[in-house]
Amino acid sequence: MSASTRAVTSVFGASSSSFSRRRFLGTASAVGLGAAGLSACSDSGSTTDSQGRTVVEWWNIQTTEPSKSVWPERAKAFEAAHPDVRIKLVTMENDAYKSKMTALTSSGKLPDIYHTWGGGVLKQQIDAGLVEDLTSSISSLTGTLVPASVKAYQFDGKTYAVPFDIGAVGFWYNKALFAKAGIQAPPTTWADYLDAVKKLKSAGITPIALAGKEKWPGMYYWAYLAMRIAGIDGMQAAADAKDFTGDDFVKAGEHLKELVALQPFQKGFLGAAYSTPTGEAAAMGNGKAAMELMGQWAPVVQADAGKGIGKDLGFFPFPAVAGGKGAQTDVFGGGGGYAVRKGAPKAAVDFLKFFMSAESDRILVSKSSMMPVVEDATSALTDPNLKLVSDALGKATGFQLYLDQAYPPAVGQEINDSVAALIAGSKSPEQVTRSVTQVAKSQ
Amino acid sequence: MASTYVKDPAPAPAPPKLPDTGAGRSRARRIVDWLTAFSFTLPALVLFGVLVLAPILYAVYVSLFNWGGFGSPSDYVGLDNYSRLLRDPVFLGDLWRGLLLVLFSVCVQLPFALGMAVLLNQKLRGRALYRTLFFAPYVLSEVITGVLFSMIFAPEDGLADHVLGAVGLDGLGGLWFADQDYVLPTLFLVMTWKYFGFHMMLYLAGLQGIPAELHEAARIDGAGPWQRFRHITLPLLGPTIRISVFLSVIGAIQLFDLVWVVTQGGPDHHSETMAVTMFQFGFKRFEIGYASAISIGMFLISLVFALIYQRSVLRRDTEGALTTMRASR
Repeated sequence: MSASTRAVTSVFGASSSSFSRRRFLGTASAVGLGAAGLSACSDSGSTTDSQGRTVVEWWNIQTTEPSKSVWPERAKAFEAAHPDVRIKLVTMENDAYKSKMTALTSSGKLPDIYHTWGGGVLKQQIDAGLVEDLTSSISSLTGTLVPASVKAYQFDGKTYAVPFDIGAVGFWYNKALFAKAGIQAPPTTWADYLDAVKKLKSAGITPIALAGKEKWPGMYYWAYLAMRIAGIDGMQAAADAKDFTGDDFVKAGEHLKELVALQPFQKGFLGAAYSTPTGEAAAMGNGKAAMELMGQWAPVVQADAGKGIGKDLGFFPFPAVAGGKGAQTDVFGGGGGYAVRKGAPKAAVDFLKFFMSAESDRILVSKSSMMPVVEDATSALTDPNLKLVSDALGKATGFQLYLDQAYPPAVGQEINDSVAALIAGSKSPEQVTRSVTQVAKSQ
Repeated sequence: MASTYVKDPAPAPAPPKLPDTGAGRSRARRIVDWLTAFSFTLPALVLFGVLVLAPILYAVYVSLFNWGGFGSPSDYVGLDNYSRLLRDPVFLGDLWRGLLLVLFSVCVQLPFALGMAVLLNQKLRGRALYRTLFFAPYVLSEVITGVLFSMIFAPEDGLADHVLGAVGLDGLGGLWFADQDYVLPTLFLVMTWKYFGFHMMLYLAGLQGIPAELHEAARIDGAGPWQRFRHITLPLLGPTIRISVFLSVIGAIQLFDLVWVVTQGGPDHHSETMAVTMFQFGFKRFEIGYASAISIGMFLISLVFALIYQRSVLRRDTEGALTTMRASR
């Protein structure tokens, strides 16, 4: 159960993450919600309690078990070793947290330690001068972490948050169906991949499950193709220049069109949701489709929406594209981390170092089903599927954060929308790059 | 055209004249009257101002900015958002789809509701049961309706296809909501299922107000069922029909929840409505300025329709009521 709730959080983190996380204030303030948010932050000014202990506020979104108990337990463990510090947990539901943080950000006063997904939102807070630069204070910790896990929180060579969870997107496939179609090994190149799709098709198997209604699962294909062709640096350059019209991005669209032309998706995929009983995850979980491109939460949702395919489930990274600048080991994903507000007590950083020590991360992995972030904690991972994801992350040569978190929400949504139109056949690869660029430039 | 109630052909009675006790006195009196009236309407005015006028004005203000909702609006772009609106293929598509839904509603859903109402107004075994049954969908929340029908019209193993298959028809193979051409008709089907009961109830209430004597007299004069419907029922139901058309059109213009739950406007915008587009830009993309421009567009369309409809069509029904137009002239 815990894993499934976590999965759902991850799904929202990846998909509708932009909903209210960033700029809900704009609409909220109109109805006075903003005022409530602003008044709430006044109590974060006091840093000592009645017993003279330094109070560190720790805003988190672990509202479900087991994290709900593991988090306070970690705080207690730290307090036991540091009697002069009190960690005050403020636990909020995902969406409530996002809207409250938007209000706090514009007021200029953040909690001492707060949850962040990194990317564009964190960058905004950093640019506003609200976030502590942790580069030197956690230097001893940084070396112990899985490199990909910190990427979302690093800007201009500086680190602004400590990760505690990390995930990645890749192909989840049904080994039995692949064997039935005569596919020996998971494809490693795009050409092989298209071949595999054709083989599955001719064996009468639906090659791919896709939630066309929700748009973001389709965006993963375009994003990964763009990563493989343009490379992580190319993605970054395009984001910086706000120009996605380059050949590499057009090619990404063309390759996706090749795939769509094979009609690989389940019947009625344009109306299918992700986690409903008739959606993408259910099609995989009930063995009706051979694969889906999805994050580390996929096995849990498959078993929840459908029956789950147990040992038949396998994972392979997105194939490489011939002549592309990106490697097959470049990973697309995201996770969660904790940032510290500018001027927070030193105990805040001390606590994060304690929280993400190898010993502590092992507890998070084994008890809270987080993905390991500290390399030494990887051994605590027992789920074979999550191990595959963890391996891919461990070997990652590059890391690209979910586009709707890395870019401003309007750009992320435009990518989702345009790619959905490409898959539906109403936009050409060039039109996709043009409309994304247009929105990026307007931001 | 006749009406369900007897209209007062004479002008509304003039207010009782106050005893004339000098110009200054009556003037002071008038001021006191005005103040009294004002102080009694003040709470309502304040509420209206704060909850209706102020947000509208704020939305107009915001729509002049390119604003992400972060901080306060500062990037003034004038009417750019509006010119973008008029060039946005999705918004223009929304207008077209809105028009289709309005036409469908008025030309298909309402006549259907009227037909059912006439049927259920007759002496019929189990009449109360049918009435309740047909009204029940209206009581369901839109979200529940949406979830229900996304299962019925599901891509695989949907009930609709099973039922159609059982009677030897092919059905749409789950493409109800998943095909660009079928999605709007399917959506309209769901809308009809959901709302026809409400309009049927309105018509039933109207039908009860038609005196049986009129039908009886017409029958004696040799009028057939169609003649009686055409020349008695329909004219006397006029005010009800006009109100029901009004509600139906405004409802179609503002349609949101059902679409959001069932398709989120997809596939590829083919079931998107103005409200869905507004939500997408306001709460997904955080382009609050542009979203405000869309909402102002929606507001203006509703307002213009309401005003024209009120003045030209509903006028005869509202005359003699509280907001009498004749008396003010």
